[in-house]
Amino acid sequence: MELRLDHGAVARARRLAAAIADPIDAFIARHSTLSVERAVARLCGVDGVDADGVPLPNRLADALPARELGMARVLGAAVAETGRTPQQIAEAVAGGEPLPDPARTPETALRAALRPFANDGLARIDANRRAREALLARLPQDEPPLLYVIVASGNIYEDRTAAVAAAEAGAQIVAVIRSTAQSLLDYLPYGATTEGFGGTYATQENFRIMRAALDEASERLGRYVMLTNYASGLCMPEIAATAALERLDMLLNDSMYGILFRDINMQRTFVDQHFSRQLNARSGIIINTGEDNYLTTADAVEQAPAVLASQLVNEAFALRAGLPPAQMGLGDAYEIDPDLEDGFLFQVAQAQLARQIFPDAPLKYMPPTKHMTGDIFKGHLIDAMFNLTSVMTHQTIHLCGMLTEAIHTPFLADRALALENARYVMSTARHFGDEIEIKPGGKIERRAHDVLHGAVRILERVAERGLMAAIENGTFADVRRPREGGRGYDGVFAKDPAYWNPFAGAHAREPVGA
Amino acid sequence: MTQVRPYGDTLDDGAVQLSFTLPIPWSEAADEAARQLAVKMGFTGVAVAEGRAIASGFSFFVIYARTPAAIDVSAVHAPSATSDALSLEQVDELIAKRVGRKLKVVGACIGTDAHTVGIDAILNMKGYKGDYGLERYRGFEVFNLGSQIAVEDLVRFARERRADAILASQVVTQKGSDVANFTALAELLEAENAREGVVLIAGGPRVTNLLAAELGYDAGFGRGTLPSEVATFIARRAAERASA
Repeated sequence: MELRLDHGAVARARRLAAAIADPIDAFIARHSTLSVERAVARLCGVDGVDADGVPLPNRLADALPARELGMARVLGAAVAETGRTPQQIAEAVAGGEPLPDPARTPETALRAALRPFANDGLARIDANRRAREALLARLPQDEPPLLYVIVASGNIYEDRTAAVAAAEAGAQIVAVIRSTAQSLLDYLPYGATTEGFGGTYATQENFRIMRAALDEASERLGRYVMLTNYASGLCMPEIAATAALERLDMLLNDSMYGILFRDINMQRTFVDQHFSRQLNARSGIIINTGEDNYLTTADAVEQAPAVLASQLVNEAFALRAGLPPAQMGLGDAYEIDPDLEDGFLFQVAQAQLARQIFPDAPLKYMPPTKHMTGDIFKGHLIDAMFNLTSVMTHQTIHLCGMLTEAIHTPFLADRALALENARYVMSTARHFGDEIEIKPGGKIERRAHDVLHGAVRILERVAERGLMAAIENGTFADVRRPREGGRGYDGVFAKDPAYWNPFAGAHAREPVGA
Repeated sequence: MTQVRPYGDTLDDGAVQLSFTLPIPWSEAADEAARQLAVKMGFTGVAVAEGRAIASGFSFFVIYARTPAAIDVSAVHAPSATSDALSLEQVDELIAKRVGRKLKVVGACIGTDAHTVGIDAILNMKGYKGDYGLERYRGFEVFNLGSQIAVEDLVRFARERRADAILASQVVTQKGSDVANFTALAELLEAENAREGVVLIAGGPRVTNLLAAELGYDAGFGRGTLPSEVATFIARRAAERASA
């Protein structure tokens, strides 16, 4: 099936999205953040915590004599002066030693000193990317929609059990939901964790535990099971770096979510997002964007144009970070009130519209949450309609709806029932969408047309004011956020002309150690 | 009729449906284990309608059974906080006439909970299901502090603004975090002698009025609550206090 689209409007929407992204991109190019610099330290091999449990990348960043120059410059100078590794230098800093003044070391010497460590980090990322490609070739996934489930017990070992059980029940992607407080932590927790609320902390060791378990399950099941986490909040770049080092396959990555719903400073998160996406591009990680949040916090029929507008802006930002469309898991959700007559038609219109406007993007489709109740029987039925919409409109990443969505974080059986529901609907209606035609001028097509033109109007308004001013004025989700307010603003700084980051533009450079 | 049993298709048949997972591989013996477990729970006439593997080492069961238990419904009390909701105009009129000033309402998602969908539905001007939020009322001055607010900060803010009502919201319930946070708020207000003067309200999808009462709150509002129901409760409580 195919919607007849106003291609002029689509082109205009893309031009407007570009006009919105460009000034932000110019701002990003002039700035860095402490979390970007900590990610640089991690990519150069710095890991671990001090005696008080403070991560060494934080100790290093806090000890920088001039952050405007960047972590790499100082670290390179320290390596050149001492002959130590970045990890040894971080340990020494944690022990009370100061970092050297980078001005003492010639430019070429400090770059040459750090380069081998930076290259080791990139080589590991590249090796992970090749390993994923080889695994996908040898252990091919079932055809999309790829069934995605979440685990969220708070205990990584219970999560591991749940993840393997879900994989056996048909899950192709497992996401470990983070503890609710983590997005606001200005550091990455360390080690295996067994306590969390509403989720499990994202740590490098937790990533390793899940990756190993899912690799084992992948071999046994003969299909590669993907692992997802969240590069959002105050540690976006560090999560992106760590995920690249541990071969995660997808990351939630959308700065608008943090700005609007977590009150994270917009400048901070725009800069963080850009560097994160460069790393994602290099590592082959697919991003998932958070458009579903516009629908869960307001009326889903009204907000549909905002979803498309956000998808287009996310695409523009992703392109500017070197992320190809094949790695853009642009978001949408099935959130229209089930009591609305023909609501299903509206859902199909929106999902098909996104499919046609972003033909190469692995679209991420989120399940009903807002109108789910304690009535699990009705909930299971609404999920089935969501599943039908997804397979009809060829969505790629399909987050399975849980019948107990409104009640608790999923039980093991809830996931199995959700996967069974999705597998049944998607099998019985596998080629339904290819066999039917959308009535020209009918309800579905008219709705898609309205949504597209609504998105153009939003983009016009935002382009006119500028994105930052639009956020300040409450254009998105009725939430106002000041340019210099919110969490993490003190970690944003303008770069010195001599600033150096060996991983900036990582996506565009030659592979290392192939 | 006071002694009431679950109803399948005949009065007093005691029919119930239940489902659960056992951490064992499925086999016919697993079905029998599930049946015997249901018998141990006190059920009779246990039929394992469905039993199957849902992962290696996990089996899922759907069971129909009968319970001999009955409940005297005349002895059960769970007063609702949402009865007889007034309209926006009626609430504003009640406040204007009986209180004579705007009521200050402070709301927050407390503890580490970041899910503001509930508190926003009640407070934001737009409201929920066509029912305007408290910001729309002339009778309320609303402060929505948002997500992840420490109870200490909420209490401090409420004292500084001399709040008439505090709305605490909790969506995440994992490992009892909601009850722990609600309790911490109530206890802190008591400790600071600030409890008396405010209408203290708990909200969230798993909150019941009964739970809220047990935790020392004036009312609890669960899933599907409309802003006008909360508005009515606050206005009536404030009006009672103003007259007292």
